[in-house]
Amino acid sequence: MPPESPGQAPSIEELTLIAKVLRRHIINMIGRAGSGHPGGSLSAVEIVASLYFRVLRHRPQEPDWPERDRFILSKGHAAPLLYAVLAERGYFPLEELATLRRIDSRLQGHTDRTATPGVEMSSGSLGQGLSFGIGVALAARLNGQDYRTYVLLGDGECDEGQVWEAAMAAAHFRVDNLTAIVDYNGIQLDGRNYDIMKLEPFRDKWLSFGWHVIEVDGHDFRQLLDAFERARLVIGQPVVIIAHTVKGKGVSFMENTADFHGKAPNAAQWEKALKELE
Amino acid sequence: MVEEASLREAYGKALVDLGRVNPDIVVLDSDLCRSTMTQYFMAEFPGRGFDCGVAEQNTVSIAAGLAASGKIPFVSTFAVFMPGRCFDQIRISIAQPGLNVKLVTTHAGLTVGEDGASHQAIEDLALICALPGFTVIVPADAVEAALAVKAAAAHKGPIYIRLSRAKQPVIYGDDYRFTLGRAVNMREGRDVTIIAMGIMVTAALAAAVALEGEGISCRVLNMSTLKPIDESAIIGAAEETGAIVTAEEHLEHGGLGSAVARVVSKSRPVPMEMVAIKDTYAQSGKPAELLQRYGLTAEDIVKAARRAVKRKG
Repeated sequence: MPPESPGQAPSIEELTLIAKVLRRHIINMIGRAGSGHPGGSLSAVEIVASLYFRVLRHRPQEPDWPERDRFILSKGHAAPLLYAVLAERGYFPLEELATLRRIDSRLQGHTDRTATPGVEMSSGSLGQGLSFGIGVALAARLNGQDYRTYVLLGDGECDEGQVWEAAMAAAHFRVDNLTAIVDYNGIQLDGRNYDIMKLEPFRDKWLSFGWHVIEVDGHDFRQLLDAFERARLVIGQPVVIIAHTVKGKGVSFMENTADFHGKAPNAAQWEKALKELE
Repeated sequence: MVEEASLREAYGKALVDLGRVNPDIVVLDSDLCRSTMTQYFMAEFPGRGFDCGVAEQNTVSIAAGLAASGKIPFVSTFAVFMPGRCFDQIRISIAQPGLNVKLVTTHAGLTVGEDGASHQAIEDLALICALPGFTVIVPADAVEAALAVKAAAAHKGPIYIRLSRAKQPVIYGDDYRFTLGRAVNMREGRDVTIIAMGIMVTAALAAAVALEGEGISCRVLNMSTLKPIDESAIIGAAEETGAIVTAEEHLEHGGLGSAVARVVSKSRPVPMEMVAIKDTYAQSGKPAELLQRYGLTAEDIVKAARRAVKRKG
């Protein structure tokens, strides 16, 4: 628990309960909005919860605090997850989650840094967050600041050439204050990565680009927290945490399918999902 | 002999001046430092200069991250590669959040010459002007280029500055004051106004002299800030001279002519003619040959002015 992180450090058991609450928020937000991306929001719950409840140095009441660690959601379609975490951490009222995607809401369909307290980057077009994160990390170096920068990427997002431009540049500029996390759930909008665009050998790709690679079970809080701790200790190169996850995790009929990449549950599915998350 | 000076040299030196007084200035380039003249800054401030290799998309998004963290990034490459090659990055990472990034491109327009159509940026202004919140500047000479760069650093918000490759005649003295968003009246006249920007300002001034000989009195405006455009100067020109000719080294679509026509048609409709590249790509050739072939000479402006005056009826 970093000193500036508000509240008590939740235990693994408490984090597990928090994850369930976040999943309920995601389902309710997307259910209410009638559109959104449940699959890739549910798969990254433990990753983002680890960061905001245990890893990041941040002040929810002061979102622009210059010394805060930065979390950049590159896969902007997982906005419901980020909003749920930010609300649970007190960046804005929980009631506001119900306004997702509504006109005049601060919670836009994809992240908008001008609209939502705590959102670092406007996203929605894939492949740009890692580059943006390099800029944020370089600024820390130029300013003599010790904040760390975390960027969450989707696996399908890694089809974008810009991700590999950034991978090359991060190693070249030796931004060791930058940690990338890939939500490796194996499924993109059109189907399995393996069928749409093969990523493997994925670990080898990052290694050959000059990154330190850590692989974890992306739903295991112990492994995730340990990985973030180890990432801090790496000097002279950027770190990528390849988090093996399950698309749609926590809702049986959303798991391991591309069907709920970008589709809201209907009324019956919504109810069933909530029942499973009780 | 008219003195000529390079706009990109002026840019490179202005960056160094800025770097000396403002530690937040950082510079990014995509392997063209020796052509865009960011090389001077890179040499003097190696810790604040980032050559990101041949990867314009990455370069632009890194700049956005730096700007989001309080830095003032200047990003440079050729005008054919930015905004074109990284339009989506500019749109999402810079324009939508309104981040304080300065894009300065060189080798714009037909006058890049022999490299041919792939290297002739003739649609960059249409692309960048389409983005809400962007300020767009096309300086006419080296003096104005240096001042525009310094004004850009002082302005908060995204800016695009477009520079030519070749040296241009120096039309401003050391006493010139550049004001963002304000057209400069270069010559007073009664019968028609030529509104030009970039390298076409010199051609417009030559055309005005020629027209004077025919008894047509020309006002010449340098519209170096293309966006937000100086509407009152345009309306004043329409009211006071009754006809307008625009001149630009860019496609007729989405450039200066289009922007002026939008103002004129909404406020004070008068006859308008546009000197610009018609809906086509060009080819390799010497800059002067290309300007002639594609209708961007002082003579073309003279003809357009005659047509506009005739249409006043």
